[in-house]
Amino acid sequence: MSGASMKQIKTRIKSVESTRQITKAMELVATSKLRKAKQRVENARPYHEVMLNAISSLQAGVAESPTVFAEQREVKRTCYVVIAGDRGLAGGYNANLFRMVRSMTEGETYCVLPIGKKSLEHFQRLGADLVSTYFGVTGAVGIGNCVQMAKLLCDGFAEGKFDRVVVAYTKFQSMLSQIPVSEQVLPLTLTSGGKSSYSDALIEGSAEDLIAKIVPQYVSGILFSTLCEAAASEHGARRTAMNAANKNAGEIIDTLVLHYNRARQAVITQEITEIVSGAEAL
Amino acid sequence: MSSFRLQIVTPDGSLFDGQAEALRLKTSEGYVSIRAKHADYIAALDIGMVTVTENGKSRNAACGGGFLSVEKGEVRLVATTFEYADSIDVERAELAKENAEARLAEVKEESDIAIAKAKLMRALNRLNVAEK
Repeated sequence: MSGASMKQIKTRIKSVESTRQITKAMELVATSKLRKAKQRVENARPYHEVMLNAISSLQAGVAESPTVFAEQREVKRTCYVVIAGDRGLAGGYNANLFRMVRSMTEGETYCVLPIGKKSLEHFQRLGADLVSTYFGVTGAVGIGNCVQMAKLLCDGFAEGKFDRVVVAYTKFQSMLSQIPVSEQVLPLTLTSGGKSSYSDALIEGSAEDLIAKIVPQYVSGILFSTLCEAAASEHGARRTAMNAANKNAGEIIDTLVLHYNRARQAVITQEITEIVSGAEAL
Repeated sequence: MSSFRLQIVTPDGSLFDGQAEALRLKTSEGYVSIRAKHADYIAALDIGMVTVTENGKSRNAACGGGFLSVEKGEVRLVATTFEYADSIDVERAELAKENAEARLAEVKEESDIAIAKAKLMRALNRLNVAEK
């Protein structure tokens, strides 16, 4: 070992240290964003529950007037709404979701409504049939966009452009575990659990009109809550990934420091040997 | 006055959960008022003003659509957007109104016009509620 290799090790240590600084900062950012995203999920929950409740009683109430949205057709074409992140460096967050979608779409004719930059890029690369490229950024998607998406999906479904709508997103199970899941949105799965007291409810306007108005709202509600959940998952996944990166960087630095010290020791030993043998030669 | 259980929920959280005496809102067919012991009822909401009466005091709010369900005397208002008059951002609504008007003047495609019109309606509704 010589002075040159010592210098090399020193630069490596420095570079790993600066990487660690970045991953540490990203972890902190992800943690605080995760907290906010979780808050949003909590806030959206009552909305989601009340909505689900109302829609299932409504379905029971207007069961005798079937709607196009509950029609079970032969599935010729499925529309997948794929909610992924805008950025990488989140561990397997995006890759796991795409893998699940790929195994689901195998041998199927399908189209995709990508949400999030990574999702858009992925399906553009695959050359998939895209419904809209408008929702390229997850972070900026609000309830207004969800309403637009829902309209797009409901219209497409009613016109027969596709016969099934499935949302693929990453479910937030805990801080450490986020799993990709898929949920069918359309056709509505009728949960006609017997007779509902609702069957003689007064309905403002006609039942068909009402369903035509409420279903898009229901779809947008579902999209919104899955989006919130996906955002929380993304931050969670990023936090975990960055935490692992931090630990890794720490380990690398430890070994490098060890190497550096050894090299330094070797240089000193060599110098002493040289001096001693020089003195003996005199 | 007798009261009933009212829940108002939006994607951003629950905005009312408790006893109310009256609820006035705009359905797709026009304004209706809900009192206690209302029959089971479902209606889609239009963009409009909602008035909640609680302990004899009324509060106005701007509602951007949604739906209402009355089931066994419990009233649930599921709104896409819902803001009480005092929390409306008037500046933002003004801006939205101007943007929507400008957009309405330039776009020609039907779907774009519909979007711009809906935006304008929402902005006008907010301003209207905030003024009262």
